[in-house]
Amino acid sequence: MSFFTELGRFAIFMRFVLKRPQKWSVFWKITFREMHNIGIESLLVVMLIATFTGAVTTIQTANQLLTPSDLFPTQLIPKFVVGAVVSTSSILELAPTVTCLVLAGKIGANIASEIGNKKISEQIDAYEVMGINSASFVALPKIIAGLVMIPSLIIVANFLLIYGGVLATQFTTALTFDDLVEGARMVFHYDYVKIMMIKGFIFAFLITSLSSFQGYYTEGGALEVGEAGTKAVTKICIAILFFDLVIAQIFLGL
Amino acid sequence: MIEVQGLHKSFADRKVLNDINITFEPGKPNLVIGASGSGKSVLLKCLVGLLQPDEGNIIYDSRYLGHMDYKSRQDLRREIGMLFQNNALFDSLTVEENIEFPLKMFSELSPSDRLDRVNECLKKVNLENSNHKYPSEISGGMKKRVGIARAIALPIKYLFCDEPNSGLDPLTSRVIDDLLVQITQDLNITTVINSHDMKTVADIGHKIIFIYKGEVSWIGSNANLTHGYSENPALSAFFKASF
Repeated sequence: MSFFTELGRFAIFMRFVLKRPQKWSVFWKITFREMHNIGIESLLVVMLIATFTGAVTTIQTANQLLTPSDLFPTQLIPKFVVGAVVSTSSILELAPTVTCLVLAGKIGANIASEIGNKKISEQIDAYEVMGINSASFVALPKIIAGLVMIPSLIIVANFLLIYGGVLATQFTTALTFDDLVEGARMVFHYDYVKIMMIKGFIFAFLITSLSSFQGYYTEGGALEVGEAGTKAVTKICIAILFFDLVIAQIFLGL
Repeated sequence: MIEVQGLHKSFADRKVLNDINITFEPGKPNLVIGASGSGKSVLLKCLVGLLQPDEGNIIYDSRYLGHMDYKSRQDLRREIGMLFQNNALFDSLTVEENIEFPLKMFSELSPSDRLDRVNECLKKVNLENSNHKYPSEISGGMKKRVGIARAIALPIKYLFCDEPNSGLDPLTSRVIDDLLVQITQDLNITTVINSHDMKTVADIGHKIIFIYKGEVSWIGSNANLTHGYSENPALSAFFKASF
């Protein structure tokens, strides 16, 4: 299937998804359950990855910038530069992009498999026969829940990335807590947070909508449900990286 | 009453339904029979609007399905109950929640009234005291009965059953057949049953439509099945192969 055919199918799917829910009380109940599944269930993995990535990034950046070399003698690069690099890359790239790539694997595969399973077991047809807009019923609560919870997870990840860097300073003499904080404060700009949140909302939409789309059009049996999960993760990762580039170019391109 | 006029349906170059003309009447079970791949399930999916026919009309009591906009079609579907071949019960919901689901979505009943209606439906299908079980915890026959209870939870006018006896033992099969006849008569609804179980056909086939290679090959009742065998070799071969 060509890219444009797939894009057209996605547009048609979204046209049905973005319709008014049939019963708001049922919709909110499902949405809150999805918020728990997407947000709370992913919190631990996001916290672990962010803390360790923050620590590793700090150690590696310090190693690269502060180790003497012919090109960059140590004394030419102040230590606070490490803090500046770590904090900026955390806000702009590590918190939104790495977190969402991890969530693509966790949430994306889960949503695609869940909806794919409903499709092959005729549960989607059952919704339709009852007069329920099945696309909206199964996908919209997940998209809304994702738009609320994934940016929240990104904010948590951002704090923990910096905290991971702070932890790393406890295990090295090359860099102190004050160096890290000084660098972070020196380059901090509110626009960076705005870009991080824009990325968060766009990536959240991509994760939840693409995985729902992939699951909704699953045909066959258990094997195809597994394939739908894999395909969803692949497509989400490509889409995240593409939009990451587009957003970087729009807001930060020289 | 449901009328089907000149229905055609193809998938790519393969013609699955060819000029189907049938009338399904209320108050008695209408059985659509035929071998696997003959087009029965496609016909059923066209009838409920899950598939779009290439040509022809489907008329629900003077309402043309093909002429309806999305909203009217959704409204019509609230008058339809369907029992799926694989039951299509919502696996994350209990038996009670499955039956309550259409009531929650489309009625203004209070929670206690909804529970009363759920229990009433469960009683109708002889499945009391199974409210809190999940679909994975009940037998195939019980799943079918839950499917029927869910289908009749709202005041429906049309009931569609796709292979209601598949995977069931003869005794349970008989229970389901009797239940479908009883519900059809009690509620005076139009019931269309897809089946290739000749025992069901002989027992409850007040109107039988035999589909052969995508065409209506024979229409009759269980009373004149024997006559049908002699005049229709395909039906005769289908019947003989069933026993």
